[in-house]
Amino acid sequence: MSTAVTTLAPAASLDLKADMSVASRHSLAVDDLVRGFGLWRLAWTLGWLDIRLRYRGSMLGPFWLTISTGVMVGALGVLYSTLFKMDVASYLPFLALSQVLWGFLGALVSEACTSFTEAENVIRSVRMPFFVYSVRTLIRNIIVLAHNILVILVVFAWFRAWPGWDLLLAIPGMLIWIADALALTLLLGAFCARFRDIQPIVNSVMQIMFFVTPVIWKPEQLGAAGMAKLPLNPFFDLLEIVRGPLLDTGVSGMTWLGALGYSAALCSIAWAFFVRARGRITFWI
Amino acid sequence: MALQARIEVEDVSVLFPLYHGSSRSLKKMVVAAASGRLGKDQQQRVVVRALQNVNLRLSSGDRLGLVGTNGAGKTTLLRVLAGVYEPVAGRLRVQGSLNALLDPSLGMNAELTGRENILLRGLYNGLPRSMLPRLEEDVAEFAGLADFIDLPVRIYSAGMVIRLGFALATAIRPQILLMDEWFLAGDAVFMEKARQRLEEMVRGAEILVLSTHQMSVVREWCTRVVWLEQGRVRADGAPEEVLPQYLGTPLEMA
Ligand SMILES: Nc1ncnc2c1ncn2[C@@H]1O[C@H](COP(=O)(O)OP(=O)(O)OP(=O)(O)O)[C@@H](O)[C@H]1O
Ligand SMILES: [Mg+2]
Repeated sequence: MSTAVTTLAPAASLDLKADMSVASRHSLAVDDLVRGFGLWRLAWTLGWLDIRLRYRGSMLGPFWLTISTGVMVGALGVLYSTLFKMDVASYLPFLALSQVLWGFLGALVSEACTSFTEAENVIRSVRMPFFVYSVRTLIRNIIVLAHNILVILVVFAWFRAWPGWDLLLAIPGMLIWIADALALTLLLGAFCARFRDIQPIVNSVMQIMFFVTPVIWKPEQLGAAGMAKLPLNPFFDLLEIVRGPLLDTGVSGMTWLGALGYSAALCSIAWAFFVRARGRITFWI
Repeated sequence: MALQARIEVEDVSVLFPLYHGSSRSLKKMVVAAASGRLGKDQQQRVVVRALQNVNLRLSSGDRLGLVGTNGAGKTTLLRVLAGVYEPVAGRLRVQGSLNALLDPSLGMNAELTGRENILLRGLYNGLPRSMLPRLEEDVAEFAGLADFIDLPVRIYSAGMVIRLGFALATAIRPQILLMDEWFLAGDAVFMEKARQRLEEMVRGAEILVLSTHQMSVVREWCTRVVWLEQGRVRADGAPEEVLPQYLGTPLEMA
């Protein structure tokens, strides 16, 4: 009755020392990234499962989000176009796009904080690249975003605001978002594992940023002087490099400079921290 | 498998700084305090010295049993060997594919069916897609859960979860197998099956390290015993030598 034990585990080897040199810490961190990418199918599956389980037993599933985003955009659109005395035809496409993109950003930043702590059990029982959990968090949020894009499509179709081929100009911005998102999950994931009160702080900061960043109000409303200062806000730059091309309002050189500069800073800080912290994360969670 | 499996643990220590207040690790702290293993590190943080200067060399064919009282550091040592806890002092070298059975429900999702969990585990282990059907067939057959394999794990009994966990963990054949004590909780019929399957795994000159409080298991399965006490290796040798010493000491919190 002996059952054939068939499947072979992939070969592996491990060499871990205390007091490692900076170079070997780096190579372990790089290894983490490479192997994490190699496990993209796992990250993809975990991301999907998160969504599936979050909406388990609900009829519409993640489309509930689409509906609530849609209702909010509709209501805010009518209200603010009246308050700000703006043309609905130009305001609603702006609002729909901004709101959906910000929804993605806000959720991603908040969930980045728990990307490692939520995987506590797995992290404690098997050696797994931490990067897998970063990719999982990103994929989960992209899936939510994909559902919300429906709202944008409906609004754009209604007002015939198609960006046309300018759509392609948003791609570099989206790639920057992906890089930033992964950097952020590594940084906040590790940092919030160590210091548990960071997440509430992060959430409050995002709330404030929502109001000081042109999400529901348009940059033009600030006047020329105010608009010149907007690129100082990293969230404005990042939002604008994707939103500008899609709304056909263009992206200024300052905005691109800001987006690239802030992203480079974020990625370097995240990497430096991750290289130092990687081996300790298991002790923190 | 070109390279022979090998484990080298050189002077490894593991300290747990107590980061997140008392509530999360209060129980562990009390045990540690009782054993005089709470200390301070260089930064004056309170730490538990879970392992202290452990040396261990294992090569192909070794079947090691870890014994020691509660809190002696057995699970921690297994986690170090698995590469989960990176040592704060010393060095760990492991050569060969490794599978650690530390948590019976590793990566298992109670909302998914047994079958879906099998596929998920395949992904956790980085298996290519082509291997997944074979894994599924093997685990489903060995776990012997009949129709339950297509029902959510949430409705399984504890023993059924263990069967599935054991089948999953042992379906993927590593060169080095690490096991914590949980896997001994199946019913008698299952234990017999489990033993056969384990022996199959251990046969091809691979390494087995298991931690247990059941001496019968150690006598039956192990060729070598390490007795841990307060995070240190107290004795290391053949079961006939070490077990009488270990059992000779009165049972108390070490
Ligand atoms: N995450 C942790 N945080 C703080 N202390 C810990 C942690 N994990 C283990 N310890 C401490 O390390 C020591 C060894 O624990 P370990 O779990 O390895 O014991 P064990 O030999 O497996 O015990 P048992 O037989 O009860 O399973 C204990 O004193 C415990 O308090
Ligand atoms: Mg234990």
